[in-house]
Amino acid sequence: MSVLVNKDSKIIVQGFTGSEGTFHAGQMIEYGTNVVGGVTPGKGGQSHLDKPVFNTVEEAVKETGADVSIIFVPPAFAADAIMEAANAGIKVIIAITEGIPVSDMIKAADYIKDKDCRLIGPNCPGVITPGEAKVGIMPGFVFKKGKVGIVSKSGTLTYEAADQVVKQGLGITTAIGIGGDPIIGTTTKEAVELLINDPETEAVVMIGEIGGQLEADAAKWIKASGTKKPVIGFIAGETAPAGRTMGHAGAIVSGEGESAADKKKILRENGVHVVDSPAEIGKKVAELLS
Amino acid sequence: MNLHEYQGKEILSSFGVRIQRGKVATTPAEAVEAAKKLTEETGTGWHVIKAQVHAGGRGKGGGVKLAKNLQEVEEIAGQIIGMNLVTPQTSAEGKKVHQVLVAEDVYYPGDSEPEEYYMSVLLNRGTGKNMIMYSTEGGMDIEEVAEKTPHLIFTEEIDPATGLLGFQARRIAFNLGLSGTAFKEMTKFVAALYKAYSASDSSLFEINPVLKTSDDKIMAVDAKVSLDDNALYRHKDYAAMRDKREENPVEVEAKEVGLNYVDLDGNVGCMVNGAGLAMATMDLIKQAGGEPANFLDVGGTADAERVETAFNLILKDPNVKAILVNIFGGIVRCDRVAQGIVDAYKNMGTINVPIIVRLQGTNADIAKELIDNSGLDVQSAIQFQEAADKVQQVLA
Repeated sequence: MSVLVNKDSKIIVQGFTGSEGTFHAGQMIEYGTNVVGGVTPGKGGQSHLDKPVFNTVEEAVKETGADVSIIFVPPAFAADAIMEAANAGIKVIIAITEGIPVSDMIKAADYIKDKDCRLIGPNCPGVITPGEAKVGIMPGFVFKKGKVGIVSKSGTLTYEAADQVVKQGLGITTAIGIGGDPIIGTTTKEAVELLINDPETEAVVMIGEIGGQLEADAAKWIKASGTKKPVIGFIAGETAPAGRTMGHAGAIVSGEGESAADKKKILRENGVHVVDSPAEIGKKVAELLS
Repeated sequence: MNLHEYQGKEILSSFGVRIQRGKVATTPAEAVEAAKKLTEETGTGWHVIKAQVHAGGRGKGGGVKLAKNLQEVEEIAGQIIGMNLVTPQTSAEGKKVHQVLVAEDVYYPGDSEPEEYYMSVLLNRGTGKNMIMYSTEGGMDIEEVAEKTPHLIFTEEIDPATGLLGFQARRIAFNLGLSGTAFKEMTKFVAALYKAYSASDSSLFEINPVLKTSDDKIMAVDAKVSLDDNALYRHKDYAAMRDKREENPVEVEAKEVGLNYVDLDGNVGCMVNGAGLAMATMDLIKQAGGEPANFLDVGGTADAERVETAFNLILKDPNVKAILVNIFGGIVRCDRVAQGIVDAYKNMGTINVPIIVRLQGTNADIAKELIDNSGLDVQSAIQFQEAADKVQQVLA
C-alpha cells in the first residue's frame, strides 16, 4: 500500500500548457503516472502531450473522473486554482507553486477547510509513490520502492534523504513534500499520521527546518499514538540566525520553540530518533530497521 | 520587505489610522524647515527627532530625542543624521542614519494622563489566520512583557470570511480599560488598522506604543511595518518604498541576479540548490569544524554564468577560507553543473581558496570525472559525509 497517490490515481495538471506544467507533466507521464488530462482556461478542447485540455477543473473531473490535481499555476492565480480544484471535488490537491501571497493562502485554506479534500503544499516538491505515481517535480529515479515513508518541508533535502535510504538497500513507500510556506494544507503531523497508519510503511523519516511549530506538534502526536514504528528526525537550520528568512518563506526563527535546537529537544523528548548530521539520515534508518 | 517608520505611518494614515504626524529630513536645515511647517500645521511647540533605520530599540541607542525649540531641532538632527546607531537589534557597528523624522509632540498635558498600549497584527501560523495581539503594557519590549506578565497580553483572531467584527474591536477597547471618547476612538483605530493591514498585504504591523493622549485621542506613535514580498507585485507604490541602503549590499546584488543569499559571519562559503539542503549544508559545515559564511540557494539552474556570479558574491567576503558547493542533481544533470563550475573557474582565472564540489544525483559519476580531470584546484565528492570530511581537511 501507499498513501495519497498510487497507480490508480487519476491525475490532472492545472497550468498544464505553461512551461513548468508542460515540462513536469511530461516527466510525470514518462515515469508512468496516470495523467488523464489538464486544465488551462481558454484552451479547452485542445490536446497537449496527447492528453485532453479542459477549461475548468469541473469539466475535467466530469470527463475523466480525476481525483488528484497538481498545480503549476503562477503565484498570482494559484490560490484560486486550489479553490477551484476543491470546489470541483478533487480529493488530493498538490500545489507546487512557490511565492503565493500569504493573504491569498489564508483565504484558500479557509475555503477548503470544510470540503472533502486534502491540500499538499504549496511551495512543495509534490508526492511520489515509487513505481506507481510521481505527482511532483522530484527526480523519479532516486526513489525506489520500499518500506520507509518520508515527510519533508524541503525539495532537494527530500531527494538527499531518499537517496541515503536507497543506498542502504531500503526503499520508499511514499514521500510527501509538505512545503516550506507559512501556511500549508497538510501539516507534518498529518503527513506522519498518514504514513504511520499505512501498513506497508515500517519507519518514517521526518525532515523539518527552523520556524513554526509543525515538527513539535508531530512529535507530540507520535508519542501519544504509542506507535512502535521508528521515526527518524532531522531539523535543518541549526546555524541559521534568528529573525532572518532562509529561502523558504516559512523558515524564520521568530519565537520560542522555533529554533533547530529547541525543535530537536522536543523531538527527542517525544521519542523521535534525531540525527544531528544530515549525512546520517540513511544510516540511522537502516540501524533502526535491522 | 521592511519599511521605515515614516513609510509605515504613511500607509496607516492613508487608511484612516490616526498617527503622530511628522516630516522627513535628511539635513539639519531641512529638519528646521520641517519643524516650522509642522508647527504651522499641528500647533505643536516641541518636536521629537527620530532616526529612520530598520531596527527597533532606537530610543535606547540615542536615536530618538525631544527638541524644545528650533535650535535644539537643528542640534539634535545634526547629531543623529550620519551617526551609526547601535540598538539591541543592530550589530555592534550599528546602522548608519540617513534621515530623521521630525514629529509632533503628542504627550502634551490635558484633562487626563496619557496612556500607552501595545498592538500588533500578524499571522498566527498555528491556525492559518491573522490575529491582533495587544497589551496594556505599551512602550515596552513586548518579549519582556510576554515573559514577565503573560496575562497582560491579549489576542483577537480574525475570521478570514468576515474580517474584523465590531464586537471584537469593542472587546479590545474594553480589555484596554477604556471608556467614553477614548473607547470610541479605539474601536475606530482598531478597525482602520486591520483594514490597512489587510489591504496592504502586510505580514506584520507592530504599533508600540499606541497612545491615548491627554484629550482622549488614540494614535500610532511608532509603526513597524513588514510587507509580504510575494504580494508586492500588486502594490507597485509600496514596492517603490524599498530602501536598499538598509540592506546588506551583497544581498541586494544577489537579489538583482535572482539568487537567494543571506550574509553570515563564518569562514566557509557555500552554494547549494534548494533552501532546505542549503540549511543542512550550513549545519554540516559547522559540524566539520567551520562556520558558514552565507546561505545561498542557486535554485534549479546552475549554469556557468550563475555559478560564476555565485562564486563572485561569496568571494567578496574576505573571511571565506573555503567554498563548498553542494548540488543534488535531479532534473538538473550533475555533469552540466560540473561543466558550469569548470567554465566559471576558468573564466575567473585564479581562485585563492580551495573549492570542494559535491554533486549527487543524475550523472554524478560523470560529473566527478569531469571535475577530477579538469586540472583545476577543485576537490570532488559524491557522498554528503565525504564533502564534510574534505571541508574539515582544508580548514585544518
